[in-house]
Amino acid sequence: MKRPQLIRPALLEARNITRLYGPKQGCEEIDFTLHQGEVLGIVGESGSGKSTLLRVLSGLEKPDNGQVIYHRSEPSFSELTGTDLTTPEPAHTGLGGAEGALDLYAISEARRRALLRMEWGLVHQNPRDGLRLGVSAGANVSERLMALGQRHYGNLRAASQDWMGRVELDPRRIDDAPRTFSGGMQQRLQIARTLVTEPRLVFMDEPTGGLDVSVQARLLDMLRTLTRQLGLSVILVTHDLAVARLLAHRLMVMRQGRVVEAGLTDQILDDPQHDYTQLLVSSVLTP
Amino acid sequence: MTLRVDDQGGLAYSGYNFAYLDEQTKRMIRRALLKAVAIPGYQVPFGGREMPMPYGWGTGGMQLTASILGADDVLKVIDQGADDTTNAVSIRTFFERVAGVETTTSTAAASVIQTRHRIPELPLSRHQILVFQVPIPEPLRFIEPSEEETRVMHALEEYGVMHVKLYEDIARHGHIATTYAYPVKVDERYVMDPSPIPKFDNPKLDMNEALMLFGAGREKRLYAIPPYTQVKSLDFEDHPFEIQSWDEACALCGASDSYLDEVITDDQGGRMFVCSDTDYCQQCRGEVA
Ligand SMILES: Nc1ncnc2c1ncn2[C@@H]1O[C@H](COP(=O)(O)OP(=O)(O)O)[C@@H](O)[C@H]1O
Ligand SMILES: [Mg+2]
Repeated sequence: MKRPQLIRPALLEARNITRLYGPKQGCEEIDFTLHQGEVLGIVGESGSGKSTLLRVLSGLEKPDNGQVIYHRSEPSFSELTGTDLTTPEPAHTGLGGAEGALDLYAISEARRRALLRMEWGLVHQNPRDGLRLGVSAGANVSERLMALGQRHYGNLRAASQDWMGRVELDPRRIDDAPRTFSGGMQQRLQIARTLVTEPRLVFMDEPTGGLDVSVQARLLDMLRTLTRQLGLSVILVTHDLAVARLLAHRLMVMRQGRVVEAGLTDQILDDPQHDYTQLLVSSVLTP
Repeated sequence: MTLRVDDQGGLAYSGYNFAYLDEQTKRMIRRALLKAVAIPGYQVPFGGREMPMPYGWGTGGMQLTASILGADDVLKVIDQGADDTTNAVSIRTFFERVAGVETTTSTAAASVIQTRHRIPELPLSRHQILVFQVPIPEPLRFIEPSEEETRVMHALEEYGVMHVKLYEDIARHGHIATTYAYPVKVDERYVMDPSPIPKFDNPKLDMNEALMLFGAGREKRLYAIPPYTQVKSLDFEDHPFEIQSWDEACALCGASDSYLDEVITDDQGGRMFVCSDTDYCQQCRGEVA
């Protein structure tokens, strides 16, 4: 009989990461481990370095110091669908050797980009940064599948419609342009576009920022359902503690580029230890 | 005007080097061509020269032709399949004057064919070179304006966006509506723009016996498809690549296997379909007669 795994294997490790634009501007000496299936929230006021850290973690910006280690283990969606990720010799786009720890900034740019495209997902705060506005909703949702080599139009459409449904968009709008969608709907579209390949690891930067409160609430609800259903591993940046409470299993609290407190979400929010966290929680600090 | 014998044994008007370009420039272009042949479908930058014609008139193709032409070559120049358009005539006349080479309108008789927008209907042989005039060499340009980024996309084979375009075609029109400059993958590696030939000609790119060279004058890029190279038009499994077809045959020669142009015959809406490849059409009529 299969037992539930009690100790989940590590998926991503930050080792002593520093990326500074100036004193206390950026992130400094960050260490943590993200386990499979975990949602890690990074909170802190505006300017505390959350987005900088997320860019470093997601392969978009090289740190001044430190390492990002990604642990590859089970076959991913892309491998199961027969793309060239598992070929022993790195192909042009492939990631090469299937297993083991990848040092994100020690591997080639080619492999790093392949990783981002094939195994990871990135949800931008502004959906327009993550969507192709010139093509239909369906083309947006199925692009990552095409990048993985899927070449059946009917199947691509079916997958797009399925995912539009899962993010609570009307699948009949598959041929509509993203511009004709509201801000909240565009964000749903971006999420569908990201999750369609069932990435092993998803990075989100303020996914509900810039939306009306009522729209935010519904989106959050949907995100929570999806992360649970899919058992997603997520690193979520937000300045909004309500968002963090709803989605994150664990939190890291950042201030002036450093982590001042980390722990289980309930623990941090109900019994904050650090002065700064206490201030944050009591909402004295407004972002 | 005095005639002189140039370094390739050809006769040319003095004042010009054989085939207009100086030997150093031609060597530079030939080196770039060798690179292009070694990496089928890959765009090689080259130090393009000014030609005595404006961009858009085939200056990229002309520089390639000038670089490969020898005194014994027989040159044919076509524009949309025809030998007698202004563009074709002026390029042909140019090489007659600056290289003194023999010219022809016969596809079979030519050793070098410079072309805009068509591949001749008559199958080419391994003794022939086809030189394409290319306006926009970069197939990814429609989605990505940055040259640096498109080069990275080629290097990493990030070609998902090419199918996004085809997907969008089908979503809008019910079928792949791209009919010219239909993108291809060369030797299972590089995505390439075959220049604005009709997709009717795409199958001729595949495993062709002739060497095919592509030159873009404005963007100073050249690329190549060596003989017997696999060239596949991008498509979907359930929307396979298809070429144009016509219900009628050529009104002049009766050919039913050639690319047809629609010609308006009067102002009462009369029209007919004729071969775009004028040499092919004449050969067909010759056989019938
Ligand atoms: N590209 C950059 N160049 C210079 N300074 C930057 C850059 N990105 C961020 N910063 C600075 O680094 C600090 C942290 O920014 P950021 O990571 O965006 O914080 P947060 O996401 O927590 O609001 C800020 O002081 C910001 O001005
Ligand atoms: Mg931020």
